[in-house]
Amino acid sequence: MDRYGDYLFRYAMLRLRDRSAAEDLVQETFLAALRGRSSFSGGSTEATWLVGILKHKIADHFRRQSREVSLPDGDPTSKPEDDPFNVAGRWGTGPTDWGGNPADLFRQKEFLDHFMECLSRLSPNHANAFTLREIEGADSDEICKILNVSETNLWVILHRARMSLRRCLESRWFDRSRKEGS
Amino acid sequence: MLSCRDVTRLISESMDHSLPLGKRIGMRIHLLMCKFCARYERQLLLIRDTARRLGAIGPEPGLFARETLSEEARERIKKSL
Repeated sequence: MDRYGDYLFRYAMLRLRDRSAAEDLVQETFLAALRGRSSFSGGSTEATWLVGILKHKIADHFRRQSREVSLPDGDPTSKPEDDPFNVAGRWGTGPTDWGGNPADLFRQKEFLDHFMECLSRLSPNHANAFTLREIEGADSDEICKILNVSETNLWVILHRARMSLRRCLESRWFDRSRKEGS
Repeated sequence: MLSCRDVTRLISESMDHSLPLGKRIGMRIHLLMCKFCARYERQLLLIRDTARRLGAIGPEPGLFARETLSEEARERIKKSL
């Protein structure tokens, strides 16, 4: 527990964006590990084994959440409120130039904090779909099962999630750093 | 003719499954001509890259060293084990 607690917590926190849910799942993971001790073969490292258990717990958590929130989320015919396009379908205000060297961004904790903050501003189902697809790297099939949506639905959800996330990052990070730089 | 609205949707979809040839070509031609959509695609790829790298963070705390279980949660978990 002392050795892996914080690691599992960070792992869960990154995916759930909710401290108390993350702590609960870490606890459940240790309990499950204790019960299933005999199944640990030593074929993988202890850390990998624990993370494997935690992953299942996270998927269960997303599954529960997708049942709790009723959402008109993935309705392809509805337009998001903050539609960036004009009637002709062209950009109203287009994306701004983010400039700089994007490769450096990952070394900046503050940028990553904004990234996570923007992710948690999405609706839970959008954020969970994005997390499964981009942070976990799961494929569509798997995500559709967990979130109980059709594939077409999932693509709409991911499109909206990426678009909102991009806009949030632009206003919270890139526009600000440009102002500071000038 | 595809609009920017269509193309942003296709850019996202192309990140999740392979598009039929016709749509793919339509999207690529639009991207050659439209600065904003081309920028949009680069930014989505940067977002994907950031998310993947976050997902790949291992046991070393690195930048996230300050994010730890609270003392209270730590005690609670220890007690439950």
